[in-house]
Amino acid sequence: MDYFMYILLFFLVVCAVAVSFTKNLLNAVLVFMSYSLIMSIVWILLESPDLAITEAAVGAGVTSILFFVTLKKIEAIRKENKDEQTEK
Amino acid sequence: MSRLKNDEEYAKTKAFHFFRWMKGTKDPYLDEVEMQPGVPYQDSLTLEEIMAQEQQTMEKVYDTKTNKWIAFFNKVYSVCSVLFCLVLAGIMLYMVASLPRFGTVDRPINNEVPQVYIENGIQDTGAVNIVTGMILNYRAFDTFGETCVLFIATTCVMVLLMKEEEKIRADKSLNDRLYEPKNDVILQNVAFVLVPIVFIFGIYVILNGHLSPGGGFSGGAMIGAGMILYVSAYGFDKMQKFFNENTYKVVKVAALCTYCVVITYYLFMGANDFNNHISLGVPGMIFSAGIILWLNIFVGIEVACTMYAFYALFRRGGL
Repeated sequence: MDYFMYILLFFLVVCAVAVSFTKNLLNAVLVFMSYSLIMSIVWILLESPDLAITEAAVGAGVTSILFFVTLKKIEAIRKENKDEQTEK
Repeated sequence: MSRLKNDEEYAKTKAFHFFRWMKGTKDPYLDEVEMQPGVPYQDSLTLEEIMAQEQQTMEKVYDTKTNKWIAFFNKVYSVCSVLFCLVLAGIMLYMVASLPRFGTVDRPINNEVPQVYIENGIQDTGAVNIVTGMILNYRAFDTFGETCVLFIATTCVMVLLMKEEEKIRADKSLNDRLYEPKNDVILQNVAFVLVPIVFIFGIYVILNGHLSPGGGFSGGAMIGAGMILYVSAYGFDKMQKFFNENTYKVVKVAALCTYCVVITYYLFMGANDFNNHISLGVPGMIFSAGIILWLNIFVGIEVACTMYAFYALFRRGGL
């Protein structure tokens, strides 16, 4: 179980660093989402299922959806789609 | 403007004198002054022109090609910022390394406070889940503050993003759902199966908050997420049939006020060795643990409303 924990913590650090190095905002939100998901598993391993449920619902679910809506409102997602269309 | 008094009577009141002094039309020493209420300063340039001018001046000031010093400063700045981050990370890692290990007995947090909570928790609160017993009985007043924070956060988002009139709200630029495929079959079928399960599991987590892991916040977040799924599948028109702005106002304010009344009654009547009128019941039953079950329900309602209101306000500027 210790090795599983070490792997999770390694992924946690990788995700945390990757968020700040991602150029694409949509990918950054997805990496942030996976960070919350790994964090909720870590909470279960630390024997606090209350926090795990909340982290999965709020961190991975609602916060990411709010980020997506905000990106759409400031037209950060649609612009990239337009660029892809012009490239084709 | 409608006044209760007519103009002659109003000229004698103190409010009239106060507002005359505020406007500056009459000075107490100089008598009548030929001064008019000021108009806000307006520049003849538009916002884009001002921004373009600012951009030009900034480019002149920070011209890295001709000004060698600024190029040098930029390099030093980037190197220093990386060094600063590394040093900060090093200090934090050093401090973490000197913290006591997780789960050991001789940690400083293992003092008399958790001991009392663990030993007397079930007798005092009636909750099998000691965490819920702690946050909703011993520290229920703190949780009331957190619930107030949720309420204030939604109010702030409403002040910023709410569109009052339904006509403005129907504008295409605001309701970005118009650009999406309206009836996504996959999403609707998935939501048809998942939404009831999510709702039932959320209600289960709220009602079993004092028996099993979970509680008001987790269950409320689940119900809010289920409502967001329903809205994104079926649209705001169907959602408004059972949850519109009036329902939101009544439910949210009622939950907060009832929480306040219950916790005030409990703190003044139950704590400090007064006679406790609320029976704790048998630990392990659903209807036990006194006020904790009801406080869980109120917190859950508050959180679910907050989650859904954030999404709806972000999406179309109204509930």
